[in-house]
Amino acid sequence: MTQQEQPKPLLIISSSPHMHSGNTVSAAMREVLLALAPALAASLYYFRTDALQVILACCASAVIAEALCQKIMRHPITITDCSALLTGLLLAFCLPPQINPGLAAFGSACAIVIGKQVFGGLGANIFNPAHIGRAILLASFPAQMTTWSPPVTANTADTVTSASTAAITAATTAATANADAVTVATPLALLREAGHLWQSGTTVQDGFLPELSQLFLGNTAGSLGETCVPALLAGGLFLIWRQVIDWHIPVFYIGLTGIICALYGFYNNFAATYALYHICSGGLIIGAFFMATDWVTSPVTKKGRIIFAVGLAVITSLIRLRGGYIEGVCYSILIMNMLTPLIDRYIINTPFGRGKRHA
Amino acid sequence: MFFKKHSFDGGVKIAALKGLTENKEITKIAAPGLVVLPLTMHIGAPTKALVQKGDRVLRGQKIAAAQGMVSANVHASISGTVIGIEKRWLPNGVKSDCIIIKNDFTGCAISADPQSINNLTGDEIRHLLAGYGLTGMGGASFPTHVKYLPPKNGSIDTVILNGIECEPYITADYRTMLENPQEVIRGLQYFMKASDAPQGIIAIEDNKPQAIELLKKLLTANANIRVMPCPEKYPQGSEKQLIKAVTGRIVPDRGLPANVGVIVDNVSTAMQAARSIESGMPFVDRVVTVSGSAVANPGNFLAPLGTLYSHIVQTAAHGFIKPPAQIICGGPMMGFALQSLDYPVTKGSNALLCFDKDQTASELHPASPCVRCGKCVDHCPMFLEPTEIMRYIRQNNISALQGFSAYSCIECGTCAYVCPAHIPLVQYLRLAKQLLAER
Repeated sequence: MTQQEQPKPLLIISSSPHMHSGNTVSAAMREVLLALAPALAASLYYFRTDALQVILACCASAVIAEALCQKIMRHPITITDCSALLTGLLLAFCLPPQINPGLAAFGSACAIVIGKQVFGGLGANIFNPAHIGRAILLASFPAQMTTWSPPVTANTADTVTSASTAAITAATTAATANADAVTVATPLALLREAGHLWQSGTTVQDGFLPELSQLFLGNTAGSLGETCVPALLAGGLFLIWRQVIDWHIPVFYIGLTGIICALYGFYNNFAATYALYHICSGGLIIGAFFMATDWVTSPVTKKGRIIFAVGLAVITSLIRLRGGYIEGVCYSILIMNMLTPLIDRYIINTPFGRGKRHA
Repeated sequence: MFFKKHSFDGGVKIAALKGLTENKEITKIAAPGLVVLPLTMHIGAPTKALVQKGDRVLRGQKIAAAQGMVSANVHASISGTVIGIEKRWLPNGVKSDCIIIKNDFTGCAISADPQSINNLTGDEIRHLLAGYGLTGMGGASFPTHVKYLPPKNGSIDTVILNGIECEPYITADYRTMLENPQEVIRGLQYFMKASDAPQGIIAIEDNKPQAIELLKKLLTANANIRVMPCPEKYPQGSEKQLIKAVTGRIVPDRGLPANVGVIVDNVSTAMQAARSIESGMPFVDRVVTVSGSAVANPGNFLAPLGTLYSHIVQTAAHGFIKPPAQIICGGPMMGFALQSLDYPVTKGSNALLCFDKDQTASELHPASPCVRCGKCVDHCPMFLEPTEIMRYIRQNNISALQGFSAYSCIECGTCAYVCPAHIPLVQYLRLAKQLLAER
């Protein structure tokens, strides 16, 4: 044969498949970052330099903490995969805009070190790292974490017109508010107070609750990245379109929370828009699209994800409607993160051809 | 469902990449100097050699006989002298006895006994298919006549011809449909007669509009055979997925297509069946697509079984234009990486792909930790959970593994293809099957 004429080439021997889609983890992380860009723009528009400081502090701190941890543990440094940057940004979006950037940086470092690296780094963490960071800050610095300033775009005179609002503001900030800053109550706090008023038969004055349209647009007090619903929806839909996240979790989570709140409102003769207020306030939208869908800490099967989302909705609603805390998204996600391994252990897909399969 | 979609759940869209060879006519290669005919070119029991070193054989002569229920005869693909019977590795990692024949270039063939469909019964067709050593030509090489044994209970109502060819690059079936459509249709008619099935369906992926149109045109007068275009998706050519896509029926787990009244055969197998029955020449050559960036002249080549790939590459494909970095026997999703070109064309060989180093780059991406994105679970056409199976194998937790039905894996490669962490999931699945089988 003529085989000897040419030098034998060295060939790659590998197992099939010999093709790849080109998907990478870091590409997906970059897509999530891109999906957060509208919300980032909204936060900078509403909270200006406050937001910028917190975001920079969180992102820098997360990336540095990741690099340090990996250096100390003598692991390859993987900050270029953007996952630490994403954790930092998501944490920043869950913090009050006027928080001390130093505290924010501390929380971000905690998110990476305690939320992620101690478990073994990317893919091994049990909890959503950003929410671990937020929970640590909330437990350690309750005053700073529950002091809210209105967006610079809001008409402050408007937001603090009624005496009742001022009273709630004082109550929720536990009289620790910085005297220099204007502080206000978040829509969720107002909503709870409105609920008390409705239950006691008092009529709620016009202007007590923020306008629903303003709430939807994000022109209200709240964590710096969670207020602007259209920006978050745009990002979330982008991720669903790019198949980075699965639609089941956001749809079931937001939908069921809305239904529970609507039923609760209906049963208690609250205003008809009660459920819409709940959906547009607090961290529900950002939580449902960006936090609960975190690959590592949510179940891998569709059925498991639906159970996960139902659990999130029930816990969030319980905390918001009946709990001591005003906001329940963070804790509901952390609790369901704990149950994820259990869900994956017992909710197993039926293989093709055995039993009936529902898509 | 509001409308019936001829598809299946799971799977993934893969670029077809058939441009290199889809417009190249099937050409016969220059006769090889020798052929290496393995005694095991099919799924089932190895055949028993009927010749010895030094024997002279004619093209089409039976040189190894089927053994047991599931097996297929082997015939000499060239005329010449048996120069030895020795063990050789096959692309799929099996070591098999091979009959090596040196070509005498006389082209002497056996005296043939051509038949036609009208004077054959179903049973006679089945015996002819067995005699001619027909096997599936799509890759798995299951002996064809075994499929047409009457089912124990129930009956066959549909024969599906698989013209899906969902693996990228390969165009052997496509060119066969375009160039020999009449034989494909007659082959289907033989199969329908052999199985007593009233209807035949030729399923073709919708990225092959020319083949769909041509066959539709030829079948306008045929009420019982129709062409069904299926939306492009991998692995639609897999038997169970194809049956779901075409008929909506679900073959039971560990069951056979016959359980739902269906037999699936490849279009090339049908073509070969018609050709063998009507010419009397057994299954001795097949079309192989040679493609990839490293070969000078990619194409679809008709080669005698047992031809070494080195011969095809050096003659018909005009050698390499770039140094090959990877050579694959079969498609890029399920094929076997070869360590040299000294492997023979077997009954299931539909392609040889020669990639240069740029084309293999993405595959060599190092694996990173699993981020549990669930893409492998979402896309698995068998609804398995590759990531969980991998996890339990890494933990060596075989008892937990048992609930995950790893045995159902068809090794289509979809999970590893979509994995953003580049984890070789198919290897883990194979390992899981092995570990569960040993238990």
